Amino acid sequence: MMQDAQQPPKLTDLPDLAQLIACPQCDALHFDADVPTGETARCIRCHAVIEAPRQLAMTRIIMLAAAALILMIAAIFFPFLELHAAGRIQRSSLLDTVMAFSTGMTAPLTLAMAALIVVLPIIRFTSLIYVMAPMAFGWQPARHAESAFRMAEALRPWAMAEVFIVGVAVALVKVAGLAHLAIGPAFWAFVALVIVTVLKDNFMSRVTVWKTLEQRRPS
Amino acid sequence: MEDTRTAPPVLTARAAGLIGCTQCGRVQEPGAERCVRCQSLLRSRDEASLQKVWAWLFAGLVVYVPANVYPMLRTSSLGKTSDSTILGGVVDLIHHGSIGIALIVFFASIMIPVGKFLAIGYLALSIRRQVSLSDHRRHVLYEVVEFVGRWSMIDVFVVAILATLVQLDFAASIKPGIAAVSFALSVAFTMISAQSFDPRLIWDASEGDPA
Ligand SMILES: [Zn+2]
Ligand SMILES: [Zn+2]
Repeated sequence: MMQDAQQPPKLTDLPDLAQLIACPQCDALHFDADVPTGETARCIRCHAVIEAPRQLAMTRIIMLAAAALILMIAAIFFPFLELHAAGRIQRSSLLDTVMAFSTGMTAPLTLAMAALIVVLPIIRFTSLIYVMAPMAFGWQPARHAESAFRMAEALRPWAMAEVFIVGVAVALVKVAGLAHLAIGPAFWAFVALVIVTVLKDNFMSRVTVWKTLEQRRPS
Repeated sequence: MEDTRTAPPVLTARAAGLIGCTQCGRVQEPGAERCVRCQSLLRSRDEASLQKVWAWLFAGLVVYVPANVYPMLRTSSLGKTSDSTILGGVVDLIHHGSIGIALIVFFASIMIPVGKFLAIGYLALSIRRQVSLSDHRRHVLYEVVEFVGRWSMIDVFVVAILATLVQLDFAASIKPGIAAVSFALSVAFTMISAQSFDPRLIWDASEGDPA
């Protein structure tokens, strides 16, 4: 795309619409040439990345999403942080953290926390696997794969696992003066989860996924 | 950066009488309702975009006020109870000597929300008015706002973690304050506000054909 996109299409001789692509960010038209694997096609006007196909991207996304799911399950059930003070130990898991707001006026936050830290990331990972797995094997897309991928993309800003990790770091410092604090296995599971999530999102080029879905869908 | 140079004569899907999909880039005939490739709802431009942006931004601003006035944390220790607001929490951290962490919280809870209110307001105004920042710079500003917004949620998570860790059977106990709710709402509302903004409007304005 980048190569011949230096010359934008002209109004006087527009080709077939399937040969065009509009920048999702700024609406500039480009000729839709195939982008070689490993290269990045950017918009000629706003420089937003339009396509970035990567080697085995689909397979890697599936593996990373699966790893993220397993890590998430570990993070939920193992203790997250341990507080040692006055001879007592207070363990807290991810579920305890979510329930922190469950009393009084802050109760509605419980649901929001559960959604942001646990539920939405899980839905996102699952739907990505659902969409990508048939593609990686070269099969037809699964039923409703389009809806599933649209949902996964819409959830992206609301799945806040990595924000939560930074929150944990801040909390650690705040409590440090009060008591001795130990980090549980779930914390490391969650850190790994964040790294995996970031990696996965780097492999993902939305336009490429849509094009692959379209090509594999028998019309 | 090439943005000082005047942009090449770019043809937009709208100028060509077509509709571009904001999800997958597929170009389609005018009048199409759903994208043939990804089935997203199509809109050449979202006419109500700016109204939505302003409405959510205003909602976010309204709930941001109580978030700063009311306590975020209520700490009970040896019979004494003390409340701390967002800013108070930052000050505490500085007294603690944790300057780095204080900076993170300050950025996440005060700088980013305030900066976001200003940036979104500026971007929305710039659609109708002539502004000095170039299209390209404003587009970058939009991308920064979109990326950075969710990080404001840090303080809400901190409160939740502290409240679970520090329970009554210790010398101290920490309970979340009502400000945590309004702050979380404020972050959510401004995220929706930024998502409602149609970045194509930034580029339209300079084409001399305001929608
Ligand atoms: Zn563009
Ligand atoms: Zn589409």
